[in-house]
Amino acid sequence: MTDIIEVEGLLKRFKETTALAGVDFTVPQGTVLGLLGPNGAGKTTAVRILATLLPADGGRAVVAGYDVATQPAQVRSRIGLTGQYAAVDEYLTGAENLEMIGRLYRLGRSESRRRAGDLLERFDLVDAAGRPAKTYSGGMRRRLDIAASLIARPPVLFLDEPTTGLDPRSRQDMWEFIAALVQDGTTILLTTQYLEEADRLADSMVVIDHGTVIARGTGDQLKAAVGGQRLEFTVADAAMVAVVAERLAPLGIEPPRVDQQTRTVTLPVSGGAEVLATALARLDGAAVELVDVGLRRPDLDDVFLALTGHAAEDGTGTPDATSGTSGANSTDGGPAGGRGTGSGPGGPAPGGGTAGAGVRPAAPATGRHAAAETEGAHR
Amino acid sequence: MSAVTAALADGVTITKRNLIKVKRVPDLIVFSTLSPIMFVLLFRYVFGSAIAVQGISYAEFLLPGIFAQTVIFGSTVTGASLAEDLQKGLIDRFRSLPMARSAVLVGRTVADIGLNVITVLVMSITGLLVGWRIHTSFPEALAGYLLLLGFAFAMSWVMAIVGLLVRTPEVFNNATFIVVFPLTFIANTFVPTNNFPSVLRAIADWNPVSTLTQAARNLFGNVPPRQATGGAWSLQHAELYTLFWVVGMLVVFVPLAVRMYLRTAVR
Repeated sequence: MTDIIEVEGLLKRFKETTALAGVDFTVPQGTVLGLLGPNGAGKTTAVRILATLLPADGGRAVVAGYDVATQPAQVRSRIGLTGQYAAVDEYLTGAENLEMIGRLYRLGRSESRRRAGDLLERFDLVDAAGRPAKTYSGGMRRRLDIAASLIARPPVLFLDEPTTGLDPRSRQDMWEFIAALVQDGTTILLTTQYLEEADRLADSMVVIDHGTVIARGTGDQLKAAVGGQRLEFTVADAAMVAVVAERLAPLGIEPPRVDQQTRTVTLPVSGGAEVLATALARLDGAAVELVDVGLRRPDLDDVFLALTGHAAEDGTGTPDATSGTSGANSTDGGPAGGRGTGSGPGGPAPGGGTAGAGVRPAAPATGRHAAAETEGAHR
Repeated sequence: MSAVTAALADGVTITKRNLIKVKRVPDLIVFSTLSPIMFVLLFRYVFGSAIAVQGISYAEFLLPGIFAQTVIFGSTVTGASLAEDLQKGLIDRFRSLPMARSAVLVGRTVADIGLNVITVLVMSITGLLVGWRIHTSFPEALAGYLLLLGFAFAMSWVMAIVGLLVRTPEVFNNATFIVVFPLTFIANTFVPTNNFPSVLRAIADWNPVSTLTQAARNLFGNVPPRQATGGAWSLQHAELYTLFWVVGMLVVFVPLAVRMYLRTAVR
C-alpha cells in the first residue's frame, strides 16, 4: 500500500501559540486515518494546511503525490474538504450547490449535472434537491456538504469533525455514508473529538495534543497500551465500599481504587467473565447491596484520559456530546446509549462498554476516578 | 481551456451564484431600491422646499447626487456578502477548489454591478416622476450611467477588502456606514458647496463623490445653462478626475483584495 498522504515535521505557529510542533503521519491509500485530539490540539490546523488553505511554517506535506506548499493547484484538484460547519450556499438549492461546485472543479455542465444527480441520490437528498439549502436540517446540510466535496471524485477526502453538532440519528447516518465511501476506495483523513466515531470509522489513529503526536496505532493497540479490563462495583451504602474493596482485592492485578463519592470500587483484572463470577461469589456472604456491577473494557475515552490527563471533550460543552459507548457495544448500541449517560459539559462520563452482568443505571461521574488513573497508567 | 477563459468561466459561475441569491431573497432588491426611492422623495420634497439652487430646479440638481450616493451604498453589499461567506465557511470551500483565485471576488463585484443597475433604473424612473430630466444625447447619458457604475465597481473592491478584514457582516455594516455617510454628505450631492466653511469646502470639492456627482450632472445636462462650475480643478474636470479615481482604485485595490482573499483564513 502506498501512502497517499505524507506529513513530516509539520510546524505552524500563530502569533503566540504553536498550533503544530512537528507533526508526522502517513495515510495509506484507501484507508481512514482518525486524527484525534481535544479542541485546540491542532487537528483543524493540520487539515487546513493539507487542504492548501494555510501555509505551514515548517515541515513537508505531500497529498496525492503533490507538495501542498509548491503544487497547491494539483493538490486542490485531488482533494475534497468538508469543514467543521456545513459550507453550503443557503440560497442555492441542493442541486444548484452541487452543480456550482462541479463547475468550479471544471467538470463541465452536463457532467456536473449528472454527478450532482448521482450524489443527491446517494446522500438521500433527492426529495430536497429543488429546495434552497436554507430549509435543510443540520444533518441534510452536512450530507450536502460532503456530497459537494465528492463531486469530482477526489481520491483524498478531508472530513473535519463531520458529525459535530449532529443529533445521534444523523450521526449514525453519516457514519454509514462515510463507511460506504471507504468501500469505494476513497482515502479519508477524519478529525473528530468523538472517540466512538474514530473507533468506528478509522483504520488507524493519531492522537495529538498541544500540536504534538502523543500516540498512534489502531484503536485496539491504543486500548491495549492503556491497560486491560477492570471490574466496577457500585454499592448502595457508602459504608460498604471499603468492605467490597477488601474482599475483591486478591482478584486484581493491581490494588483496587475506591471512590467514596460515587460509592464505586474499580479493580484492574486479567481474564474475562469468569473473574466477574468469582468476584460476585466472594461478595456472597457480605450483605452488600449492589447498584451496578460490570466488567469494563477500556474505550478510547480511557485512552484519551490516560494520554492527555483530560477528556477529549473537555471544555467543548457540546450538549449532545456522546460519551464513549465503545468496543463491542458501539456497533449496535449507537450513540443513543452514550447520550443517555448524559455527559454534561463538566464531566464526561466514559460509562459505556460495560460487558457482562451490569444493570447500568445512569453512571455517575466515572470521569473522576478515570482521571485519577492517569497517574497510574501513564507518566 | 486556457487560464484566462477558465478564470472567466469561474467568474461567471460565481456571478450566477450571487445573482440567484438576489432572485431568492426578494427583500434584498426591495430594500435596496426602496431606500433610494425614499431618499429621492424626502430630499426632493423636504429639503427641496428649503434649498434653492440657482438657475435649476432642485429635482434636477438632486438626482445625480442621489445616484452617486446610492451606487456607493450599493457597493457595500460586496463587503457584507464576502464577510458572510467567510463566516459561513464558503470562502474556505472555494479556496480548497481548483478554481481561479480571482473568481470569488470578480463574481461578487460583477454581481453587485447587476444589483446597482437595477437600483439606478428604479431611481431614474422615480426621478422622472418627480421632475428630473436628461437633457443630453444618448451617448452622453450612457456615459453618465457608466461612470456611476464604474465608480461603484471600483468602490466594491475597497469594500471587499474591508469585508475580508472585519469578517462579520454586522460589524462591516456599522463600519462602512460611518465612513460612507460623511463621504457622500461632505460633497455637493445634496447642496451646493459654495457656503461650506473653507476647509470643508476644499474637502468637498476634491471628494471624488462630488466630482462623480458633478460629472453625472454634466453628462445628464443637469447644470444651469452657461454657468461655469466651481473653482476647484477637480470640479472643472469632473469626468477626467473621477475616471482617475476609478482607474486608480482598481489598480491599487484589485490586486490587494486578491492577495487578502488568498491569505484569508477563518479565525
